[in-house]
Amino acid sequence: MQRSKTDVWVGMLVLAGAAALLFLALQSANLLSVSWQKTYEISAYFDNIGGLKKQAAVKSAGVVVGRVNDIRFDDKNYQAKVVLALDVQYQFPKDSSLKILTSGLLGEQYIGIEAGSDTANLAPGDKVQSTQSAVVLENLISRFLYNKASDGPASSGSQ
Amino acid sequence: MMGVFARVGAAVRIWLADVGHATALFVRLMLLGPACIRRFGLVRDQMHFLGNYSLAIISVSGLFVGFVLALQGYNTLQRFGSASALGLLVALSLVRELGPVVSALLFAGRAGTSLTAEIGLMKAGEQLSAMEMMAIDPVARVLAPRFWAGVLVMPILGAIFSAVGILGGWLVGVVMIGVDAGSFWGQMQAGVDVWSDVGNGFIKTVVFGLTVSFIALRQGFEAQATPEGVARATTRTVVMASLTVLALDFVLTALMFKL
Amino acid sequence: MSFVETSLIQLEDVHFGYGDRPVLEGVSLKVPKGKVTALMGASGGGKTTVLRLIGGQYRANSGRVLFDATDIGQLQRDALFQSRRRMGMLFQFGALFTDMTVFDNVAFPLREHTRLPEVMVRDIVLMKLQAVGLRGARDLLPSQISGGMARRVALARAMVLDPELMMYDEPFAGLDPISLGTAARLIRQLNDTLGLTSIVVSHDLEETFHIADQVIILANGRIAAQGTPAEVRNSNDPLVKQFVSAAPDGPVRFHYPAPDADIDFGVRSTSGAKP
Repeated sequence: MQRSKTDVWVGMLVLAGAAALLFLALQSANLLSVSWQKTYEISAYFDNIGGLKKQAAVKSAGVVVGRVNDIRFDDKNYQAKVVLALDVQYQFPKDSSLKILTSGLLGEQYIGIEAGSDTANLAPGDKVQSTQSAVVLENLISRFLYNKASDGPASSGSQ
Repeated sequence: MMGVFARVGAAVRIWLADVGHATALFVRLMLLGPACIRRFGLVRDQMHFLGNYSLAIISVSGLFVGFVLALQGYNTLQRFGSASALGLLVALSLVRELGPVVSALLFAGRAGTSLTAEIGLMKAGEQLSAMEMMAIDPVARVLAPRFWAGVLVMPILGAIFSAVGILGGWLVGVVMIGVDAGSFWGQMQAGVDVWSDVGNGFIKTVVFGLTVSFIALRQGFEAQATPEGVARATTRTVVMASLTVLALDFVLTALMFKL
Repeated sequence: MSFVETSLIQLEDVHFGYGDRPVLEGVSLKVPKGKVTALMGASGGGKTTVLRLIGGQYRANSGRVLFDATDIGQLQRDALFQSRRRMGMLFQFGALFTDMTVFDNVAFPLREHTRLPEVMVRDIVLMKLQAVGLRGARDLLPSQISGGMARRVALARAMVLDPELMMYDEPFAGLDPISLGTAARLIRQLNDTLGLTSIVVSHDLEETFHIADQVIILANGRIAAQGTPAEVRNSNDPLVKQFVSAAPDGPVRFHYPAPDADIDFGVRSTSGAKP
């Protein structure tokens, strides 16, 4: 019958579309790694966050353990306040340190969290004390030039 | 002197009336959505006609676009030692831009022109008049099912295009060139976001579906009931639909992908 | 002649035109119920326009178009559709839906307007097809049948909801003599057996005069003649005479307005001197 044949074909079309969409979501995107897990928030202050963006990864030992939820400027101490959401299944000591790292040479920036040695763990709302800002390329270059200059005329100015 | 003004004024007035007319038709088609769901058989038949018959061109085009993306992408990336990001490049290009836009352009050319021609010929053969005289509204019975079928089919085709493209990119990048499969998929998964990338691409396909279907149907509906009139209408469909899709793509991209 | 004749259709001083091109100027006519009225006239004289005015596809610039005492021009879409369900229109080439079979074409109005079960639909469709002699062609596509057959299918489709008024737009155009006779006979028979009112727009003098009760001739946007076929045939109006006798020249000129032949063929220049 005419009607049921088109039914089948259209059904297959819709299924193909749904399958494609599913493939895109699972294989190519981060649907599975988006943790539906509960998270707890902690905050930290940085002098310079560099190119860190919201939703950037928080990794420990290279494994993603959370996300950056919010980045704000605190005009009382003129530092950047970063709010992190960490997976509840990962607990870190109170004296853990945060560093802003770059994946690859020119890649995206993420926060690396290194465990400390405190017996007590970070609780929701806690503030991390030990932070290291991002490496800003210009500062690096100017420091290199300054070092070069302070090495003295012996090493520079040679023909 | 006044003659020029009068003529320009008249032309503008005619153009405005045309725009108003078109908007009225668009609103009517949108409002007929619930009615179309009730008579889904008509929509389903049109989906078969518009969607299934476009699958071939969409899939093959997607595959080749994926191939080329992988080739060109590898060419450029390996110069910076970032060949491992090939998967990410292919996926983002397809999901955000090429998938929605290219499939919309292909849809306009294949399905859009056949819609315009069909409606134009029905008009020329007085079939639409006959329906009116039978107290059946041709907009509701003929145009609306085709409109909604187009809107439903576009996202499907866009998704298939992107998916096949990614597979094509994998074929060339990993299987042929030898990029590491792990980093191909891994960087892709890390970099492509479900909501902001795949989701926005999906929204684009819906918007393009509305656009292309509407333009195709309207051109057919307003076509002159002669062979030349229908031919001109189909050409106008492709041109208008393509340009509108590209313009809308710019607007949507600017809105969605704020850096 | 019955003087208690009721008119199903009445046009009162109707003016209609496109921009500055007038098509109908002050046309008043009556279509009596239960009779066959023929609308005739030169091409482009406004005959099809009258049909479209009655069907509500066009709106008159001024004047009233009354269907069963209701002004069609004033109706909104829903009321207009209600009125249209009482009318049937046969288009010049049938205007069948090319993507459906003959059966589905005839069943279309039933399926759209009623909730009759398919069994009943089938019976009604086959009955209508039987009336036009095409019950055996029910599964063919419009592309597979001849022009004359297509028109008969269209007739069946127009009649399937049992309208009170049937309008025929050039039903005899391009038909062979056998089909011509059949078509004319069908129109008359259906009108009488079903108590319809019929309006036939046609050029074909002989067949139309044969079946019509009343003939109206339109020319130059006005009514040139109105009456029984016999009355019209014996009219003294020069326009009607030319039409009825099919003379090539008369009030309706043969030559389209053109500059003087002498000038065109170079015998004389515009100033009057010979070249």
